[in-house]
Amino acid sequence: MDLLDSWALTLIVFLPLVGALVALAIPKEREEAVKQWTLLVSVVTLVLAVVVAARFDFGAAAGFQFEVDLPWISAIGANYHIGIDGISLPLLVLSALVVVLCVIYSWQHWDEPRNPRAFLILMMILATGMNGTFVALDLVLFFIFFELVLLPMYFMIGIWGDRTMRKIPGFRKEVETRLYAAIKFFIFTLFGSAFMLLGFLALYFKSGSGGQQSTFDIPELIARGHLFEGTFAWLVFGAMFLGFAVKVPMWPFHTWLPDAHTAAPTVGSVLLAAILLKLGSYAFIRIAIPILPETARDWAPAIAVLAVIGIIYGSLACLAQTDVKRLIAFSSVGHMGFVMLGIATLTEVGINAAIIGMVAHGLITGLLFFLAGSIHHRYHTREMSRLGGNLKLMPVMGGILGFTAMASLGLPGLAGFWGEFMALLGSYQPLPGLSTSFFRTAMVIGAIGTVLTAGYMLWMLQKVNLGEPSDEWAGQEFQDVDRYEMVAWAPLIVLIVAVGVYPKLVLGVTTDAVVGLVESAFRAVGG
Amino acid sequence: MPRIDWLAIAPEVVVAAALLVVLAVDLFLPRERKYWVAALAVVGTTLAMVPVILMAVSGDNYSMFDGSYVVDEFALVLKGVFLVAGYLVLLISVSYIESDRYYQGEYYLLLLSSLLGSMVLTSARDLVVLFVALELTTGPLFLLAGWRKGDLRSNEASLKFFIIGVLSTGLMLYGMSLLFGLTGELSFDGIREAISAGGMASEPVLGLAVLLILVGFGFKVSAVPFHFWAPDTYQGSPPPVTAYLSVSSKLAGFVAMLAVIYLALPAVTDFWGPALWLMAAVSMTVANLSALRQSHLIRLLAYSSVAQAGFMLVPFAGGAIATDGLSEGLGATVIYLVIYAVMNLGAFAVVIAGGRRIGSYEIPDWRGLGSYSPRLGVMLAVFFLSLAGLPPLAGWFAKFVMFRAVLISTGPAGVWLAVIAAVNAVVAFYYYARVVKSAWFDEAPDKIPEDTETGPTGPLSLAMGLALVVVLVVGVFPGLATFFGDAAAALVP
Repeated sequence: MDLLDSWALTLIVFLPLVGALVALAIPKEREEAVKQWTLLVSVVTLVLAVVVAARFDFGAAAGFQFEVDLPWISAIGANYHIGIDGISLPLLVLSALVVVLCVIYSWQHWDEPRNPRAFLILMMILATGMNGTFVALDLVLFFIFFELVLLPMYFMIGIWGDRTMRKIPGFRKEVETRLYAAIKFFIFTLFGSAFMLLGFLALYFKSGSGGQQSTFDIPELIARGHLFEGTFAWLVFGAMFLGFAVKVPMWPFHTWLPDAHTAAPTVGSVLLAAILLKLGSYAFIRIAIPILPETARDWAPAIAVLAVIGIIYGSLACLAQTDVKRLIAFSSVGHMGFVMLGIATLTEVGINAAIIGMVAHGLITGLLFFLAGSIHHRYHTREMSRLGGNLKLMPVMGGILGFTAMASLGLPGLAGFWGEFMALLGSYQPLPGLSTSFFRTAMVIGAIGTVLTAGYMLWMLQKVNLGEPSDEWAGQEFQDVDRYEMVAWAPLIVLIVAVGVYPKLVLGVTTDAVVGLVESAFRAVGG
Repeated sequence: MPRIDWLAIAPEVVVAAALLVVLAVDLFLPRERKYWVAALAVVGTTLAMVPVILMAVSGDNYSMFDGSYVVDEFALVLKGVFLVAGYLVLLISVSYIESDRYYQGEYYLLLLSSLLGSMVLTSARDLVVLFVALELTTGPLFLLAGWRKGDLRSNEASLKFFIIGVLSTGLMLYGMSLLFGLTGELSFDGIREAISAGGMASEPVLGLAVLLILVGFGFKVSAVPFHFWAPDTYQGSPPPVTAYLSVSSKLAGFVAMLAVIYLALPAVTDFWGPALWLMAAVSMTVANLSALRQSHLIRLLAYSSVAQAGFMLVPFAGGAIATDGLSEGLGATVIYLVIYAVMNLGAFAVVIAGGRRIGSYEIPDWRGLGSYSPRLGVMLAVFFLSLAGLPPLAGWFAKFVMFRAVLISTGPAGVWLAVIAAVNAVVAFYYYARVVKSAWFDEAPDKIPEDTETGPTGPLSLAMGLALVVVLVVGVFPGLATFFGDAAAALVP
């Protein structure tokens, strides 16, 4: 099995890309063949990810496993260094799983202008970017994968996105939502990542100041953390913060999110919410905090403030929405606020909260976007004022929507609970050196946020699910959840319950790695 | 008679021979067989690669004419780049020139002359050879820019280019004569040694000489504020000529600049460092902001090429700031040049192919290209997004080494320039993406442009295909491009 150990991660990353290239050779007209082929590729990728998880040595989750370290661009010291530890494993599996579900879901759901081959090819490229980001242990490699996800998503939004015309402030004429959203998404992210790259380069050069060879290697940079201090570290953290925070997104960099999520085709929204948002928060845990722990502590209060603003702002914004998909999009701002609050505490509890929060948000909000897409597909509208009585028209779909909304508002026993609860718990007792009263204030405000979350989720349920169906729909037959939808959603539902009842499913993997991270980063200050 | 190493000048000899053969054969060919001229020119450039590769493999250096003419790694690498760029431009030209139906022979003659000039340029190690080679590169282009003589715009392009070209030559010559007057030397090595021996590094007159030379080069590489000719000339010239202008002619300006600055004037960083810092910052910013408002594809590419020149100047500034950054800066610029040459030629090839089908270079007319011609649409997206610097397309590595070269100095000047470049990279994405958006996101017009191409399309497709392969492969394995940078960086004394 040695061969598998050394090749597994590479295959998980590049198999989708190879699949995309092969799909290019299948004639466009043979849609079924293209679909079956992508399904096969994504399932094999998922199986590999599960095999990796099964062979993962949970006793040594703090260290990197399945590592590969080969020279790549020797002239600049960038290596093809990949590996996983307890922090990245759950996210990698989540990513592989969500892609499979997206392929299944899209079997019968094609937004105009169809062209399944092109769409699936983009999805496979996206999968390579996402999986790659979670396993990359070299800053240049990380940068490449981090950026690789932009292009396919840009095309997905731009080509298959929402075609309604919208008046946008600053534009003379009405523009199509998809066009505005696609470019906004790209420009925001690119702006952040340009600075992130500058930060990476600065780290690279500074890493050579101890007389050693400069390096982009993440574990090596963590080991040389003492070289980065003072203003230099502060600026580098700032540069990386810009890149990661836009991706998360944190308030006030979030404005691309509602537009992009609303305009994207269903599967695009699912992938955005479930995986792409995690790239930013994951990068904080993988790169920013361990390499620059001292600076992270200086920045933590600021991050906490932005996170808390995000929680409250996201919730309030949800209450102002009339479009159910946009509401779900804004709820992501709030949920990612909890994730970032957890990270800002810099404690084991907080960072664990962040990871389980990411996984839960991926499962729940992914499912919510699936539902929003299916609802739109049936009613051809997402205006909550026109919906209503969904539970009567489509009992199964209404039931799943109710279940997922409950999970999203953090009902104990379902996955969403743990992320929020533990993030708040973590802020009760932040890392020594951080102001306890400050973080406890954040905790209280965050707790108010959970109430607001419950508020808008229930409000949404009331508007969409309950009540009498509007006369508009009288006499129309609605097809309840179909086979493809069921197959795509069932795993998510099962996992939401499973993680909710037995959070150790995630925490058991992550805890050792998180403890290791926090201890080695903050040992000096007695963390 | 000085000793001549025939192998060392074999590439130039082959190109010169091809040029003469083209001239002679053209006289005897009937009009409908003129494509033989094109074929000869292509064969000539291909053959010229052979001695370049032979010398690169053997690794020997050749120095002739008292060191005025040197064939070293720097020269070989750039000769190779010029040949490949010339080869691609020839391929791009074939169908276009064929359809114009006049002066085919002369077209290839002039193009090969310019190519010959830039190949000599790479080996020039004194001011006179450099000057003659640079003018041989530019001279034929004045004529080529006015190729469509019935077209008013083409005339304007040519005239503007000529007047500005002559002006810049004059300024540059003035600078060179000052440099000669001060140091009494013509060879780069001599000038460098005279400056350090005479302690002249902070002599004001030397500063004036350096600035005048830089102004001249600024015109050649079309950096702001010396870029005003570029948009009009690019738009008015026949598109294949524009492709050549934006790549080979720009490259020639940069090669001359690299040689003069890094070989003759490495000690005078106090003068050229800040000047180039400013030129880089202003070029990127002004050109990018202007490009945002362009709706004509070729004009957009013109501003884009000005902005790219700004990015290429960044490593110079970085090299000037860092104590040890010269070779880093040189390597970065050369890598940038190589990648830029290929992706920009690819972009032009697509624009020419699409322009012939659509009959317009206005961006809105290109809407829906991806839906009725996915092949062109994909190519368009790849080359334009590569110009924008998105991984995993080759352009990212060019930007990456550029940032790297300027951040090697940790001082605020370097960091600020890096920040300006970073913001500009984002702005630039916007206008490149507009083209992609038009081709892919907008609905195709009701009347889809028919594919009415009658001439040979093979060469143009070949050019696109080659560029595509390079852009994709170098994007994933950028190590291939660092070879050029490393080889060229050996130039720094």
